[in-house]
Amino acid sequence: MFSEYLYVFITGGVICSIGQVLIDKTKLTPARILVIFVVLGVIFTATGIYKPIVDFGKAGATVPISGFGYSLANGVIEGVKEKGFMGIFTGGVTATSAGITAAIVFGYIGALVSKPKLK
Amino acid sequence: MKIGKQTIKLKNTPKILETSSAVGPKESNGPLGIYFDIKCSDVFYGEKSFEKAESKFMKSAIDNLLYKLNLTNEKIDYIFAGDLLNQCIASGYCIRDLQIPFFGLYGACSTFVEALMLSSLFVNSGYGTKVLASASSHFCSAERQFRLPLEHGNQKPPTAQCTVTGSGVALLVPHDIEKKVPVVTYVTPGKIIDMGIKDMSNMGAAMAPAAFDTIITHLKDTERKPEYYDAIITGDLGKEGTDILIELCKNYSVDISTVHRDCGKEIFDLNERDINSGGSGCACIAAVFSSYFYQELKEKRLNRILLVATGALMSPISIGQGESIPSVAHAIAIENEV
Repeated sequence: MFSEYLYVFITGGVICSIGQVLIDKTKLTPARILVIFVVLGVIFTATGIYKPIVDFGKAGATVPISGFGYSLANGVIEGVKEKGFMGIFTGGVTATSAGITAAIVFGYIGALVSKPKLK
Repeated sequence: MKIGKQTIKLKNTPKILETSSAVGPKESNGPLGIYFDIKCSDVFYGEKSFEKAESKFMKSAIDNLLYKLNLTNEKIDYIFAGDLLNQCIASGYCIRDLQIPFFGLYGACSTFVEALMLSSLFVNSGYGTKVLASASSHFCSAERQFRLPLEHGNQKPPTAQCTVTGSGVALLVPHDIEKKVPVVTYVTPGKIIDMGIKDMSNMGAAMAPAAFDTIITHLKDTERKPEYYDAIITGDLGKEGTDILIELCKNYSVDISTVHRDCGKEIFDLNERDINSGGSGCACIAAVFSSYFYQELKEKRLNRILLVATGALMSPISIGQGESIPSVAHAIAIENEV
């Protein structure tokens, strides 16, 4: 049980520290780093590299933004299996719809009940 | 009178009669906290939006200056002011309430010295006897304007700077006013310098060559040495930009390292989290000059200063289109009479 948490923590931590190094050491803007992570998540899933990482790190690999790429790619694969060609277009967003809708709903509620603050 | 390449000597040496400053919580708790006139612990300043709060910072600074001198706004001839927001709305809405003839300026972070230059030239030529110069910025409204809204919780690289929340204002009057206060002797408006830097998180590096160009030109035009000044004060080059400026001057065989100071480095504790390379924004040099440096001049701890404000003249659109950052630096020599 504890070791599972540890693996999740390490996996998530490694992915996020890669992002931190990119922010500190390169000229990449945060938006670009975000997109790179999503695209890499898709590519690594398609090439079968991300699946073992998810098996090992669980939420540590699916919660960071690269996990969004993982869901997108898996969704497309599922979509193609079910609907054929159309699945390429519908699969990704169907699989990630819970995340997208949650982001919008919770973002909206958050904006209603809170005010931004100085960091 | 124009001397040298681009410097103007002000024959009638207008006086800076009074200054006033207003700042937000982070600045109040910083190393220069005790010097500011108005310190507000609320970034909203009791308003509904950050933009309105920014206007109020400028309004409070101006009201406080008028109060110090027992003046009313009708007595002010003109005001030169600007800020960082689109269409300069912070100044526009602030001065709407003041009913003073208004010249709106945009020089990014160089706005305050641009305003000081123009108002002293106005007074020098006799077009006005009480002219205000002011500028404001606000961390939260600047984040929305140039980067992403605060709600986004964006991360910043270590070269990034932290916009100063607040405003500073100075009143320029003709030389014949009987009061021992600092006077403006020279102004050197700067050219736009662009060394091709495209990184919006490293504006110190983009602006340092502009500061270098203006400082060297000023020294040449006035035939002065850096040591003539007790301090050569830049606005917001931050850690990165300062190092580049000192290096550029050194390569040109001019050593300003002993007299150079940077408001962006002094206003915040650089070791604090999320301060990164230092303070920036119009209010950085505006608030620091209007409080700390003006007091140092009045108490004769400093007698001759060269105030150099640098501005990065890009917009989020130009950056999005891959343009580099054009920068400008304006210098103004402020001295105590002996």
